[in-house]
Amino acid sequence: MKFLISLILTAALSFAICLYCPWWSIAIVAFLVAALIPQKPFVSFLTGFLALFILWFCLTLYISNNNEHILAHKVSMIILKEDNPFALILMTAGIGSIVAAFAALAGSFARKTK
Amino acid sequence: MRILPFVITSAITVGLIVSLNTSLLLPAPLGSLLSPQQGIWQNAEDDNYNFSADLKFPQLKGKVNVYLDDRLVPHVFAEKENDVYFVQGYLHAKFRLWQMELQTLAAAGRASEIIGDKALEHDREFRRLGMVYAAEISEKEVEKDPVIKGECDSYTAGVNAYINSLTESELPIEYKLLDYKPEQWNNLKTALFLKYMSYDLSGHEDDFEMTNAKSFFSPDDFDKLFPLVQDSLDPIIPKGTVFDSAKVKPIPPANVDSVYFGNKDLADVQEEKPDRDNGSNNWAVSGSKTRSGAPILCNDPHLGLNLPSLWFEMQLSTPTFNAYGATFPGAPGVVIGFNDSAAFGFTNGGRDVRDYYEIKFKDATRKEYWFDSAWKQTDFRVEVIKIKDRPDYLDTVAYTVFGPVMYDKSFTGGRTNGKNYAVRWKAHDPSDDLKAFNMLDHANNYADYNAAVTNLHNPGQNCVFACKSGDIAMRAQGEFPAKWKGQGDFVMPGVDSSYMWQGMIPQDETPFQYNPARGFVSSANQKPTDSTYQYYLGRDYPEYRGLYINRRLNAMNDITVQDMMDLQTSEYDVFAEMAVPVFLKNMQEDMLSEKEEKYYSILKYWNFTDDAKSKGATIFNILWKEFTKVVYDDEYADAPKVIMHPFESTLLESVLRDSTYKFLDNINTDRVETLSDDVTDAFEKAVVEIEKTDKAGKLEWAKYKDTHISHLTKLEAFSSLHLPVGGGTYCVNAIKADHGPSWRMVVSLKPQTEAYGIYPGGQSGNPGSKYYDDYINKWVEGKYNILWMMAKGEEKDPRIKWKMSFSN
Repeated sequence: MKFLISLILTAALSFAICLYCPWWSIAIVAFLVAALIPQKPFVSFLTGFLALFILWFCLTLYISNNNEHILAHKVSMIILKEDNPFALILMTAGIGSIVAAFAALAGSFARKTK
Repeated sequence: MRILPFVITSAITVGLIVSLNTSLLLPAPLGSLLSPQQGIWQNAEDDNYNFSADLKFPQLKGKVNVYLDDRLVPHVFAEKENDVYFVQGYLHAKFRLWQMELQTLAAAGRASEIIGDKALEHDREFRRLGMVYAAEISEKEVEKDPVIKGECDSYTAGVNAYINSLTESELPIEYKLLDYKPEQWNNLKTALFLKYMSYDLSGHEDDFEMTNAKSFFSPDDFDKLFPLVQDSLDPIIPKGTVFDSAKVKPIPPANVDSVYFGNKDLADVQEEKPDRDNGSNNWAVSGSKTRSGAPILCNDPHLGLNLPSLWFEMQLSTPTFNAYGATFPGAPGVVIGFNDSAAFGFTNGGRDVRDYYEIKFKDATRKEYWFDSAWKQTDFRVEVIKIKDRPDYLDTVAYTVFGPVMYDKSFTGGRTNGKNYAVRWKAHDPSDDLKAFNMLDHANNYADYNAAVTNLHNPGQNCVFACKSGDIAMRAQGEFPAKWKGQGDFVMPGVDSSYMWQGMIPQDETPFQYNPARGFVSSANQKPTDSTYQYYLGRDYPEYRGLYINRRLNAMNDITVQDMMDLQTSEYDVFAEMAVPVFLKNMQEDMLSEKEEKYYSILKYWNFTDDAKSKGATIFNILWKEFTKVVYDDEYADAPKVIMHPFESTLLESVLRDSTYKFLDNINTDRVETLSDDVTDAFEKAVVEIEKTDKAGKLEWAKYKDTHISHLTKLEAFSSLHLPVGGGTYCVNAIKADHGPSWRMVVSLKPQTEAYGIYPGGQSGNPGSKYYDDYINKWVEGKYNILWMMAKGEEKDPRIKWKMSFSN
C-alpha cells in the first residue's frame, strides 16, 4: 500500500512541480516522498524509478503519438544517430527514472535518522 | 540517519542532475533537453493543435483579427494600419523566431556568440565589411521617415510582445539544442536583416580575382577571356531602345592606363562570397497577349534554399491597403505579391556596387593614410566580438573616406602581399528601402509604382509591375554609381580622390519599359541594356534564362495561367541547346570506344531538357566541365590561386564564333590542337567520371545534382535531402543543389484576381510541426498553391481553421 501511495504521489507531484520548476525538481519530489513515507531503501529506489519511468514514458508517448512522431523521428537521428522514436521515448523515461530513483534512495536513507 | 549511504546516494543524485543539466560530461544537457514538460518534446506539435487565441496588448490602437487557413497562412485584418505590422511581427516571431534572430546575428557578425570561435572569421569579415555600420546608417534614415519609423516600431513591438510571452517550454527547438535564449528585437535588427539581403544580392564582386587575371594575362588574352559583350544577350530593355546622353559624365583619372589598367600587382584575397547565381526571373504579359485579356505577372526569386524558408506567406489588410504575398520574417510589409489593384516582383540587378581601394597607411598604427597629397586621420571603430566559452575578441577597424579598411595586417583574408584594402559598398549609403515595399503594398497604378520603387536604392532590383488598368512595366531600379568604363572592375588606387565614385546615375536615367509594343516585359538578371546605354554596366550577367524566356514570350499568344506556370517550371536548357551541337559537330566519333559510344549516343539523342530522369543532362554537364578544363587548364597552370575564370558563355560564344579560338591549343604540346581535338579529349576524360557516376547509379540528373534544402544549422535530421527534382542553372526552373526558385508566383489580374504561388518549405519554422516542410513535395512536382486574397465576409469559409483575435 505504502509502495503504491509513494509511487502515485511521486509521479503526481513530479508532474505538478514540472509545470513551474526545472525538470530536476523531480529529484526533490522523489527525495521528499521517500523521506516522509518510510520504506526499505531498495523499495524506495524502485518506487522513484517506476514513478518517473511511468510518468515520463506515458507523457512522451502521448505527446509523440499526437505528433505522429514527426519530431521524435528527427531528434532521435540527432541524439541517437538512428531513426528510432521509441528508443528516444525510452531514453527520456530512463533519464527521469534514474534521477528519481537515486533521489528516493537518498531520501530513504535520510529518513533513518530516528 | 545512515550518514555514509545518504551522502553517497545524494552525491550520485546531484552528480546525475549536473551532468544531465549541462554539457560538462555529455555533448548536450540531455535531462533538460528530453524532459517531457520543458524540453524538445514540447516542440512536438499536436496534430490537431489549436492555433486560435484571444490576446490583449496595450500597444494596439484597435482590433486585429487573424484568420489562419488550412495551409497556416495568416490573413490579418487590422482596423489601424500600424497594428497590422504589430501583428505581423508577432506572427513572424511565433512561427519563425529562431531563424529571424539567427539571420540578424549572422548579419551583425555575432555568430560566434552561438556557435563559438569557428565563426570568428565570418564575424570579423562581416564586421569589417561594415554590415553593422551600414545597418546603423539605415536605421538613422528610417528615424527621419515617420511612416516607416511607425511601421518598424510597431513591428518591433509585435516581435517583442511574442518574445516576452514565451515560456521556457515554448522556446523554438533550436534554442534548446544550442542552449541559448532569444534577446529583444529592435529596429536595428530589421535593418540588419535588410543588409543581409543587400550582402546576398549586391555583395558579390570579383575585384581581386579580376585584378589578378589582369596582371597574369596579356591585355589581348584578358579581353578574349573576359569580354564586355555577349553575343547572345537579349537585354531586359530590348536592343534598339534610344538613350539620351548621360547627365553625369564620369571622367577617368589621367593616369588610368599606367596606374590602373596597366598595373601588374597581384592581390591574393580569399573571401566569403554570396552565390553568384542569386538571380531570378520575372515578367509580366499585357492583356493583349492573354486569353482573359488581363495582365499576368510572374516572379521566381532564386536564392539559397534553406529550412526554415526565407519566406513567410501572409495577407495584410487595413482600411488603407490590402496586400498578399511573400514576406520576410525579420521585416514588415509584403515584399513580393499583389494588392487589390496591382502585382509586383523582383529580380536581382547584379550591378557592381562593391569596390576596393588600396590604402597607404603612414605606419603600423593605421592612424593616418595618404590621401590627396596629405596624411589624413583614420577613424577607428572597435568591434567587440563575443565568443561562446571564450574571452571577447576586439577587432579595431580603420575607416577611411572610402569606407572600412576590410583587409589589413590583422585581417588578411588569406592574402599574402601585406597591403591594405578599403571597401566602398553602396549598402553603406543612407537609404530608406523599406519605403519601396510599403508604397508598393499601397500602389494602385503605374504612377504609384514608379514613386514606390525609386526609393529602392540597394540592393538594385529589376522591378516588374502590372495592374488591373492594364499597365505593365519594368525598371532596372537601384541607385548605382556612374562609372567610367572599367571603373571598379579591379582594385583601385586609394591615394587620392580621382578613383572615387564621382556621382550616382540620376533616377530619370534608370532603364525602364512601360507598356512596350511587344506586349511583355521580362528580366532574368541579364544585362539591363545593350551597350548604347549611357553608363558603364560591367560584364558579369547571366544571359541564357532571359534569352529563353523572351523567345517563348515572343512566340506565345492567348496566354493562360497554366502557360505561365509551365514556363516558370520549364526545364529546357537553352545553353545546352547551343553547346551540344558544337560537341556533336566536332567529336571524332571513330576514335570512341564502345563504352564511350554508349554514353555519346545518350548525349546525341538528348532533348536538352534537364528533367529529373535525364541522363543526357548529367553527361552534358560533366562533359562541359571537362571541356572547360581541357581548353583553359594549360593557360591557368601557373596562375595565382585567386584568379577569375571565364564565364561559361565566354567559352561557348568563342568557339561558336571562331573554331580556331586561341585557347583551344594546348601550350604544352608542339602541335596545334583544334576544337575537334579538345572536344574529343574532353569527352574521353569525361567518360571516366560518367562511368563512375553510372556505376554508382547516379547518372540520372536529379541523382547527380542531388538537390537538398538544408536546415540553417545544417542538421540533416531537420533538412530535406535528395529531392527528385530537375532544372538547372540555365533553365527557367533554375534549381541547383542548394539554390533555386525560393518563391514562385503567378498572378492574373482579372477583375477577381487569380493568384498562385509556392515556396519550398512550410509556414511553421518548427521541425516538430507538420507545417514545417509541407510545401516541398508540391514544389518539387512544379505545382502551386492557390493564393487566396480573403475578403471581409468570408470569415465562415471552410478554408479558415483558426482565429486569433488581438485587442488592447
